[in-house]
Amino acid sequence: MKRPDLDRASIAPELRRLERRLMLKGAISLGGLAMLSGCTLDDEPAVERALARVMSLTDRAQALLFSRHRLAREFDAARITRPFPFNAYYGQEDVRTVDPAGWRLEVSGLVADRRPWSLAQFRALPQKRQITRHICVEGWSAIGCWSGVPLSVFLHHVGADLRAKYVDFHCFDDYSTSIDMATALHPQTIMVLDFDDTALPAAYGAPMKIRIPTKLGYKNPKYLAAISVTNRFPGGYWEDQGYDWFGGS
Amino acid sequence: MPRPRRTPARVIRITHWIGALSMLVMIGSGWQIYNASPILPFTFPPWLTLGGWLAGGIAWHFAAMWVLMGAGIVYGTYGVVSGHFRRDLRLRGMGAIGRDMGLALRFRLSHTPGHYNAVQRLLYTGVLIVACLTVASGLSIWKPVQLGWLCWLFGGYDLARRIHFTMMALIVGFLVVHVVLALLVPSTLFGMVFGRRPAPHDPEAVR
Ligand code: HEM
Repeated sequence: MKRPDLDRASIAPELRRLERRLMLKGAISLGGLAMLSGCTLDDEPAVERALARVMSLTDRAQALLFSRHRLAREFDAARITRPFPFNAYYGQEDVRTVDPAGWRLEVSGLVADRRPWSLAQFRALPQKRQITRHICVEGWSAIGCWSGVPLSVFLHHVGADLRAKYVDFHCFDDYSTSIDMATALHPQTIMVLDFDDTALPAAYGAPMKIRIPTKLGYKNPKYLAAISVTNRFPGGYWEDQGYDWFGGS
Repeated sequence: MPRPRRTPARVIRITHWIGALSMLVMIGSGWQIYNASPILPFTFPPWLTLGGWLAGGIAWHFAAMWVLMGAGIVYGTYGVVSGHFRRDLRLRGMGAIGRDMGLALRFRLSHTPGHYNAVQRLLYTGVLIVACLTVASGLSIWKPVQLGWLCWLFGGYDLARRIHFTMMALIVGFLVVHVVLALLVPSTLFGMVFGRRPAPHDPEAVR
């Protein structure tokens, strides 16, 4: 009798879940304080839950602080950070690429028109350019120049339900993140086609990334593959592991 | 004649210990966050940090932030309304500071319940100002867009980050001196936990 081959892809989600649990456990190791008091809160689900609850309180405060009319500061071209740093949850040698001519953005959820979009269609829409500061949750920051279609323009085009709560992004490098509708409609939230006035290079998310200068770096997905408008909380790659969901700056 | 009230006031004792604990959590988790992207050529030893990894550090930092802000608002309001700040923390002249510093260094400085000497006043007022600056610069790097004016006041994102770090260092410096002094004069430590009654006829107590 032949044993069926273990299919790595089929257990991948299971593995990822396991990894996340381990990470969350690490998150609540009390480090020095635990050593002082001689007890570990590592495996204390009550602490885990309490921290998560405070985090959602903090997220609510962030949403209250957010204003649709307040703009992130824009800079002169001379301030652009060169070279602009590469950053992803993997190394630069593992960057995935697609043929731009064959690329389509999948559109789903609470929208009237769910036909996929090509790059040419995006190029035909009005473009906006910004030189803004990208701030990473780790604390470093870099100034870059991005241009593309305001997300609000696109959402109007596809007849999205603008009263929906979330816009969800999925990427072909298996990254994902999601944002609140208020931020999605912010004038500086753009679907980027160009970096520094030339077509977005592979390292920075070709063929399309979402640039949101009012949010931290992990809320700015690259290598976009699909967009969805929804009322069901979508979470995201880092958010599911313990980073706060709102991630505003 | 009524017995004098215990000093420091219970509000001050409670908010002091809640504030001190949340401050320690903020420092430990802040070191965790710092380690993710250091601005100086060193990182903090992981066993001194809180949270296990960056996201855990952030979770602890913000949880402690709410507690510290709560304790700070209660303490600050009480300090102003009750006249405690004006009465007990108002700075003395350079002469008094120099004299008390000299006495303190020779271990001759007497401690009277309900009365802070000139050096204590300087240290406490200083650390309270530094704590306010820590919170403000922390808010400015948390919300450089929504609180853009605050970030601008601190000289922009990069400088604000360095100021936040420097304020932390000042608090740690204060903490070392503060704890050593408290351990040298254990009666004040007892007093900060349970409160003490000043002697009724002690001229220092009513000054
Ligand atoms: C970063 C944490 C801390 C800060 C910011 C801080 C700050 C202060 C301040 C502002 C006061 C004056 C309170 C008032 O009357 O309004 C004070 C008093 C005091 N603190 Fe702390 N403290 C901290 C941690 C500690 C620790 C860990 C200890 C214990 C070793 C301690 C022991 C005391 C004592 C004994 C007094 C009263 C001194 C006296 O009555 O002569 N503090 N502290």
